[in-house]
Amino acid sequence: MLTLDDQSFETEVLQSEQPVVVDFTATWCGPCRRLAPIIEELAQEYEGRVKIAKFDVDASPETPARYRIMAVPTIMFFKGGKEVDTVQGLVPKETLKKKIEGLLG
Amino acid sequence: MPEKVIVIGGGPAGYTAALYTARARLEPLCLEGLQYGGQLMTTTEVENYPGFPQGIQGPELMEQMRAQAERFGARYRSRDVTRVELSEVAERPHRLWVDDEEYESWTVIIATGAAPRKLGLESESRLWGHGVSSCATCDGAFFRDQVVAVVGGGDSAMEEALFLTRFATKVYVIHRRDELRASKIMQERARAHPKIEFIWSHVVVEVLGEKKVSGLRLRSTKDEGAERTLEVGGLFLAIGHVPNTRLFEGQLPMDEHGYLVPVRGTSMGRPGVFAGGDCVDRIYRQAVTAAGMGCMAAIDAERYLESRNL
Repeated sequence: MLTLDDQSFETEVLQSEQPVVVDFTATWCGPCRRLAPIIEELAQEYEGRVKIAKFDVDASPETPARYRIMAVPTIMFFKGGKEVDTVQGLVPKETLKKKIEGLLG
Repeated sequence: MPEKVIVIGGGPAGYTAALYTARARLEPLCLEGLQYGGQLMTTTEVENYPGFPQGIQGPELMEQMRAQAERFGARYRSRDVTRVELSEVAERPHRLWVDDEEYESWTVIIATGAAPRKLGLESESRLWGHGVSSCATCDGAFFRDQVVAVVGGGDSAMEEALFLTRFATKVYVIHRRDELRASKIMQERARAHPKIEFIWSHVVVEVLGEKKVSGLRLRSTKDEGAERTLEVGGLFLAIGHVPNTRLFEGQLPMDEHGYLVPVRGTSMGRPGVFAGGDCVDRIYRQAVTAAGMGCMAAIDAERYLESRNL
């Protein structure tokens, strides 16, 4: 699965042709660990249609600060390089799926 | 065919119940929920679970418990139960739903735990995730070099405050009374920490800030309710818990706070329904007591099934 950092964020997200879902996550956070397998599954299910990536907020603090992220996990949805939706905290897979379908629609 | 055992919940009580019923060859199905792992998933070091002299990380302890039950045949579903219909007669199985998926079982072990209590302020929900949090281990690192506050007076409050000192320049602990409920060892650690300052006999009445937390409005619980403002960048809640029992309203006995009230042992009064852990217990609320109650519920369920030749 694609892992982003401050350097790759611009090209992989903001200049991406495909919609992008970014899971801002941290190794030390329990809910993030539970969300991780859900994100992995979604990445496989939507492969080729939506780019789904994780972003370690510890390794790269600049991007999270720019988007005023103050809690993990935070999942952000981008389309045409623009932030269109944000979900905070551990949510069911179905909730994320609906939002991803929304990105495609 | 109905399951023999369904366990609802994925904390110490639920996994221990799953472990015991799995070892009794009852092939439990554990509907562990989205929040599986329970409250220990948002803690760091657990120093009071026996058997780990050096301590163990909360999430790791839960992963180990989960794996231990799985080793003996427990099956898991990581989604939340949305509805239950608990049977009043032994001849009819209990029915449970996860959205539109239906499950049937002869016994149900309820171990749904408790969730962190919120203050109940409009400003709190507006700024949730923007400086208001109930998980220091999740969000603490975003408050590097800032001043933050923890509200609460128990062990969780001390733990959160101590954890936050890793990042914050200063941590206020706001408590409505003038003494702590926390264990002696946690109190000593917090009181001795140079970054921690206690604000006694105050409650938070408003979280200030437009897009993110900039401060708190506090009111004294003495001095005729004198108010003051405190500049902080983050607010962490550790003001206790509410039991996750809404699912059973109207079907099982509860006290005025929503805790389940067993009729005898772990039995909830309906045939084959047992409960244990923080959804029942408002006094001890420890990982080890929850695990113990999960074990009790499992043994009760096993005996019940035996007595009914199921």
